[in-house]
Formats: sequence, C-alpha cells, structure tokens
Amino acid sequence: MKTINFRGGVHPEYSKYITADLPVKVLPPPEIAIIPMVQHVGEAAEPLVKKGDQVKVGQIIGKICNTVCASVHSPVSGTVKAVEPRPTVNGHALLSVVIENDGLDAVIDMNPHPDPIQLSAAEIQKKIESAGIVGLGGAGFPAIVKINSAKDHKIDYLIINGSECEPYLTADHRVMAEYTSEVILGAKLLAKASGAEKIIIAVEENKPECIAKLTEAAGSSAIEVVKVVTKYPAGSEKQLIKAVCNREVPSNGLPYQVGVLVHNVGTAWAVAQACQKGRPLIERVVTVSGDIIKEPGNFLVRLGTPFKTVIQAAGGFTAEPAKVLAGGPMMGLAQYNLDVPVVKTVTGILAFSQKEVKQYDPMPCIKCGRCVEVCPAHLMPVRIELFAINGMWDEARDYGAMDCIECGCCTYICPSKRGLFHWIKLAKSKIAKV
Amino acid sequence: MEGSRLVISLSPHIRDKDTTQKIMFTVVLALIPVWAAATYFFGFNSIRLVLLSSITAVAAEAVIMVIRRQPVTAVLDGSALVTGMLLGLSLPPSLPSWMAVLGAVVAIVVGKQVFGGLGSNPFNPALVGRAFLVASFSKAMTTWTAPFTDTVTAATPLINQNAVSYSELFFGTTAGSLGETSALAILLGGIFLFYRGVLDYRIPVGFLGSAAVLMFLFGEDPIFHLLSGSLLLGAVFMATDMVTTPITPKGRWIFGIGCGVILVLIRLWGSLPEGLTYSILLMNAATPLINRWTRPRIFGQGVKTHE
Repeated sequence: MKTINFRGGVHPEYSKYITADLPVKVLPPPEIAIIPMVQHVGEAAEPLVKKGDQVKVGQIIGKICNTVCASVHSPVSGTVKAVEPRPTVNGHALLSVVIENDGLDAVIDMNPHPDPIQLSAAEIQKKIESAGIVGLGGAGFPAIVKINSAKDHKIDYLIINGSECEPYLTADHRVMAEYTSEVILGAKLLAKASGAEKIIIAVEENKPECIAKLTEAAGSSAIEVVKVVTKYPAGSEKQLIKAVCNREVPSNGLPYQVGVLVHNVGTAWAVAQACQKGRPLIERVVTVSGDIIKEPGNFLVRLGTPFKTVIQAAGGFTAEPAKVLAGGPMMGLAQYNLDVPVVKTVTGILAFSQKEVKQYDPMPCIKCGRCVEVCPAHLMPVRIELFAINGMWDEARDYGAMDCIECGCCTYICPSKRGLFHWIKLAKSKIAKV
Repeated sequence: MEGSRLVISLSPHIRDKDTTQKIMFTVVLALIPVWAAATYFFGFNSIRLVLLSSITAVAAEAVIMVIRRQPVTAVLDGSALVTGMLLGLSLPPSLPSWMAVLGAVVAIVVGKQVFGGLGSNPFNPALVGRAFLVASFSKAMTTWTAPFTDTVTAATPLINQNAVSYSELFFGTTAGSLGETSALAILLGGIFLFYRGVLDYRIPVGFLGSAAVLMFLFGEDPIFHLLSGSLLLGAVFMATDMVTTPITPKGRWIFGIGCGVILVLIRLWGSLPEGLTYSILLMNAATPLINRWTRPRIFGQGVKTHE
C-alpha cells in the first residue's frame, strides 16, 4: 500500500504509545452532568427543559434553532437542577443544563433498527440530525449541515478521517480498533445519506493495527483503506483531501465544491449508533494522558462529565498540574477550571507538570524560513506575524491570514520561539471584524 | 486538584527542540574543521586572526547592546561569534592583527547593529567587514603566504592557475585566505550543517552548480574554479546565512544561482581575481525583492471548483 504525503507539516514527538494499546474503559455516568447548549460550530441549541424537570438518558434537552446548529440530549437520567451559564472548555460561560443523576440510568425508547443500511437517504439524514451528531474529530461541525450543504452537488468521494495526528491522542485509534464494524457501517450510512460514490478511509501509517482491521472489515465492499504519512496535520480536512484525492478545496470554500465530504471515524461510529440503536450522541471516547496522569487510558465518557471526574477515573495526578488541555498539544485549549464538562468536541484531556510546560522569551526572527516550509496552507507566517505586530491588517489579509488553518506548525517549528500563530490569530480576528 | 495555578496559553503547547542559539553554535561547530585545517596549514596566524576577530566581534556586540540598553546576555546567542569566526577565516594569514580587529568591529557595528541587531541586517556582516578591509587595505588583503610558512608570499591559485593540482586544492595545501584553501574541511562542515538541518541545500547547490556550468560554457575548468578561491567557503557558510537570504524555497534557488552568475562575471571579466564577497552582498541586496517575487501560491487560491 502506497503512503500518501502532503506538503508542509511537522513531526512532533507523538507520545501515542502511552495509550495506543489500552482498550476503551467505560466510565460510569457522572453524578452531576453539565450539558452546554453549544457543543459544536454554530448557534446555541434552545433548552427544552427547566429546573425541576425529570429527564431520561437520550432525551432531547436542546433543540435546533438555526441552520447551523445541533440538538443536545441528556446523557443521564435524573432531575434538572439548573439551566444557567457554566464555564466550558473554550473559556466562555455558556448556557448549560445541569442534571443531577438519579442513578437509575432510565433510558428513553430509542427506536433501534435491525438493518439500518436498508434505511433511505432521507431517513438516515433524519436520524443523524435528531441524534445531534457533530464532527467528533475536534472541530464539531454539525454532520447534518455538512451533508445538507452538499445536497445539490455530485459527491465522488466520502473520506472517513482516521488520521489522528495530534500527539498523545488515541481516541480515534481505539474507535477504529475496537468499533471497527460500526465505523464501516457508519461510513456506508454516511455515503448513502450524502450520495457519495466511493468511500475512502484514510489512516495514518503509524496505526497499522487499525489499517489491518479496517481493511479486513471492509472486505469485498467498495471501501478503500489508504495509508497517510505520519505527519502533523495529516488529519486536517483540506490537506487530507489534497493528499488522498489530489483535489484542492478553494480558499474560503468547502469540500463539497470539489466533490468530496470528510467525516471523522468517531463521527461514523456515532452515525452507526444513531441508526442501528437509535442512540443519540451522549458519549464519546476520550484519551486521558500526559506526564502526570497516574493511569493514562482511553475512556468512553458520557458527555457532561466534569474533567475532574474523568481525571480521577484515570488515577488522578501524580504531581501538581501546570497545564491541563482539552484536546491535543498542537491545537488543544488550555483549561483554568477542571469543573468544565466533556463535550462533543473533547478528543482528549491532557495534563502536564511544570517540567513539560516551558515558557519562552521570543528572540529576533532570523529568517530561517522554517515556518514557510512547514505551513500546510502555503502561507508565509513570518510576514503575516510582522504585519500583525505593526497593525497592518490589510497587508496581513493580502498575505493570506484568513487562509490559516490554525494548526500551529509555525509556532511549533520557530527556533526563535516566536508566537507566530498568536499574531496570525489576532490578525484573523481583526480582519474578520472589518 | 484546584485549577488556580494552571498555565493558560494559546496553542501549540509543545515546541520543537531547536533554538536559534543551537543553530548558531551548530555553525560554530561546523567551522571547527575549517579552522583546524587553517591552523594545520598556516599555524599560529590562524589562531591569532580567528581568535582576535571572534573575541572582538563578541565584545563589540556586547558594547553595542549596553549602548542600546538591551540585555548583554544577547551575545550568548552565538551570532556574533559566527560572524567573527567567518570573518577571521576569510582573512589572509599574514594580515596585521589590528586590521582583523577593525574588520570585526565594522562587521558587527556597521554590518549588523546599526540595522537593529540580530535578524535585521540586510547584508552578511562578515562580508561587510571583509569588503571594508579589502577597500581600505587592498594590499594587505591580497598578500598571501604559502602554507607551512609564515613569511614566504605566494600567489593564490586563482592568480596563478597552472601551479596547482586538484588534490592540492582539495586538501588545501595552497596559498589563500585561512579557511578557504581546504575543500575537504569545508565539505565536512557543510555535510554536518546539512545533516543537522541548518543548511538549505538549495543555496550551495544553486551557487556551485550555476558557477560550474557557466565556467564550463565559457571554456574554463569548472572543477578548478569550484575548488579554488573562497567559492566553496562562501557557498557553504556565507551564502547560507539565514538572516540575509530568502525565506522561500524557490527564492533560495534564485539566490544561489544569482550568486553563481555574479561570481563568474567578476572572476572572468572583473578587475578582482575573486568575486565571492560581492556576489553574495549583491544577492543579499536583492533578497527582499526575491522574497516578494517568490510568494508561494496559497493553498486553495486560484483553483477551480470541481463542477
């Protein structure tokens, strides 16, 4: 099998060996679940419950109120304690439904289907929409919006993204290795729902176990499993499309414009769950790792479980944490509060000691050009940084600041330890406001 | 378990191990074989000139940092040391010490610090120092001694072309400036730099390749021209100075090839026997323009949708 490459990218220490071979452990539902109404890209869902209401597992508690939105379901059964803003992983306090678990785990009637592949495209779409499925790779784009946006276009390829390129994270790895048949089923359902002709599952070559299992499970069906180079950001949507199909998504454009849709392997698994068992998205696999996690592992976590609880399930800290991340070390969000809940976009929880958390004083740029070489969007990060430092927003835009995919490769590689991405992100927000 | 002392910062949360300081000291390390060869061939003069030039460069940088009210510890980044060593190795063995000192001061002060210090200088500081010395003391800067002697003056291979064999040029037993005579030592240093990811092959390959091709087309011996004079030293260590060369891969090809063309023009038709200094300085001047010309096409720009 040929290894597919793409231009740019970096090779950080992957540190995946810590949890890559550890089977998924199912975490019990939390005593208190905190469910933000925004767990996705787009508008907040509208709460359907109020304080004092009784809810069951899988019951819809937030409904879609906009074209780019996803519904939200209760992951536990119990009593609604509050509907109020609570801190979330992105640093903002967002309207959340707080539910006290009654421990009964009473489930709504889930309406399973014995052979979901017999469902029509419209029926699958309906199930994906009502299950509140969003991209589980970290970005959290509502899956149904992606499918609907491509409605009037011919889709040649559905790429199932198994290129989990963030260091430490192995959640997708475990999903592929343990829920293989569900991933394949989900891929078929997604292809049917979006009218895609061909399914390609793209896996980084450092996961041979997943490649072998997926190839075997795909069997004689028309699903092709391809091997992608082990390089960050191999899982970036537009870069993956270019590598796998040699098609370039236009700047500002979306994948359907080149006849491709991309969904994460976790999303495929969630789609299979929704169509087969009628189970809405109320749990996900989360990697818990880092140098001070006592027993790192992969956990099937109910959404709404506080970080604190998940970390305790992984044995807690062995030393004082200096940094806790939601997501991987390249794009993850640093947390200040461990009461924040796991939401649909949390791929991992990483905790690091002071030793691993270095802070650097930036030195002058020596024009080594490494940021230009590694930028997967083919930008000149050093120029945009300079424009941003000097408040030259028009020039920053002219040099493609808005095409930045926020992968962080420029900051990672810079020998002068300059915060290139920091400045580019500032430029993006300034340009967006104009 | 409480999060009050948690560090908050923007991603990415991990960084590559390489630092600017490491890059500079890698260059210093790569210059060691060159300096060792120079010392073997030219003895105490090599130690005298390179040490003086290096110490002066670092001291001048420190003084300017104090005047600019910047932290003096900045000299520890190693960039001034690289400039001093490169200048020292580009000097003829018999040069008076005070000239080396003056050259190093000019290199750091005029070549680098007046522009704002590390990263801001448009021209290679070592070559600015060297150009200043050639312009000011042209006799002393073009008087070379034979290897293994201190006093016997000799013509360099570029002036007296028939006197040397390839093997002499390769190993370095010819007259010339301290660091330029031994192709072997320079190649060792260059391979080390390449292996450590500090040297972009595009510049030396473009430089040496275009020079060799042009020399061949004009009926000259390309191998002789590659091995003689300071071409190899310059192509490996001076034309690859990150600060003063383009940041785009395509721009580096243009830079290297441009250096080669100018070098050939000067060597064949200029009034100087060697054109290395000016070939690089001229291309340094063109670097901002090259950067502008060679902006990579942004991913997804100028492509058509599929339907």
